[in-house]
Amino acid sequence: MASRKTHQRIDAVVIGASAGGVHALLALLADLPRSFRLPLIAVLHLPEGRESLLAEIFQYRLPIAVREAADKESIAPGTLYFAGPGYHLSVEMDRTFSLSCEEAVHYSRPSIDVLMVSAADCYGAALAGIVLTGANQDGAAGLARIKQQGGLTVVQDPADAEVPTMPEAAVAQLKPDFILKLAGIRDLLLKLDHP
Amino acid sequence: MPHKSASTSPARGALHHSRANVSESELNFLMEAIYTTYSYDFRNYSGASQKRRILQAMAHFECPTVGALQTMVLKDATLFMELLQYLTIPVSEMFRDPAFFLALRQQVLPVLQTYPSLKIWIAGCSTGEEVYSLAILLREEGLLEKSLIYATDINPVALSKARQGIFARPSIKAYTVNYQQAGGTQAFSDYYIAAYDAAIFDPTLRTNVTFSDHSLATDSVFSEMQLVLCRNVLIYFNRALQNRALGLFHESLSHRGFMGLGSKESIEFSAYAGHFEALDKAARIFRKLQVMPV
Repeated sequence: MASRKTHQRIDAVVIGASAGGVHALLALLADLPRSFRLPLIAVLHLPEGRESLLAEIFQYRLPIAVREAADKESIAPGTLYFAGPGYHLSVEMDRTFSLSCEEAVHYSRPSIDVLMVSAADCYGAALAGIVLTGANQDGAAGLARIKQQGGLTVVQDPADAEVPTMPEAAVAQLKPDFILKLAGIRDLLLKLDHP
Repeated sequence: MPHKSASTSPARGALHHSRANVSESELNFLMEAIYTTYSYDFRNYSGASQKRRILQAMAHFECPTVGALQTMVLKDATLFMELLQYLTIPVSEMFRDPAFFLALRQQVLPVLQTYPSLKIWIAGCSTGEEVYSLAILLREEGLLEKSLIYATDINPVALSKARQGIFARPSIKAYTVNYQQAGGTQAFSDYYIAAYDAAIFDPTLRTNVTFSDHSLATDSVFSEMQLVLCRNVLIYFNRALQNRALGLFHESLSHRGFMGLGSKESIEFSAYAGHFEALDKAARIFRKLQVMPV
């Protein structure tokens, strides 16, 4: 698939995951080198009203910095950001985060679509978006916007996903640049970080 | 400070009903025009959320472009009022973040008990869920009678709903759980009468509440307060407007007054970081510092 795509400059990666997402993300990111520079911004659906321990869990396993994205915070390299529970996470045009309590999208807040659409508007073609395992439709519209803006789109191979609904919904809505197993996505991330 | 508005505001679809997009400059131009025409100042709001809501409004009004929307609302104040329901955020609930209300009950109200009278400002009260939550808390702690509560918002539709104190019945179950987690001492059902799909809250809860129009973007301080609550409002502002609002709260608060923010809001990176101390950092309760750090 479109190999020239990996030659475009990527400044940030947004990742959406739902059911099965914790394991998938750990498998995807646990072996990243300490030197990995691309900011990674993730929405992982969890039940609302619960303080998320995602950042702590992932920080324990990952060599790069991990934290929950804070309102108005500037996006730093070499960091994995999680959207906190109960708020949508957006990327502003000046590459800072903003939070909002707008209504849920696909019953989800944070929503993958909200993050991806706003990040696509900010980063344009310099954004890569990844949709992983999940049991709903969130992320398909967001990934479509990334593609529309010229960014790089990646979907986990539904056969490789713990719950294939979300990758299938994405593939039904757009033709992604890559459909890969987790191992392939990890290799791609390393390439994107060192073009 | 708009924020949350009428829950009757138009149904909102997902984000992507169309390929319509709005540029930053179109958005800025629209907000300038609205400010000039109606004096509602949305110019320093965070862009991503504002843009989503303008796209939703364009779908609702069937305007293919921002320009068409702009022409329409500038000509017709009634339509602008309809647009305002999109520009302000409608989501609110009673005793949202129970841990905040529990901390208020346990750490702030005991101090306020010692004052002869109290003034409290709920900035950005929207449809009033937070107002009734606080009134219940104050009543249970024996403070409601000696309190004056100013509940302000920029959205007249939301304010009028807030004055009525009628909330949707299906939400009450979640509110009841929140109330209990917030240390509620009564049966939550003591505070409302259920009527079909609505819960009508005890009107004596708002005897000492004044609902009024006030903008954190354009208005100034109007009274001295012992407690200011402004939760999940600042996240919709850019840094400059956040600083303006925090400045108003600081100016408005009395000696060692208290301020409560939303669970993801912080003063850490604001111009007022050194002007407050955290009383309970996790609950986002702050206290005005008297001495300015050098």
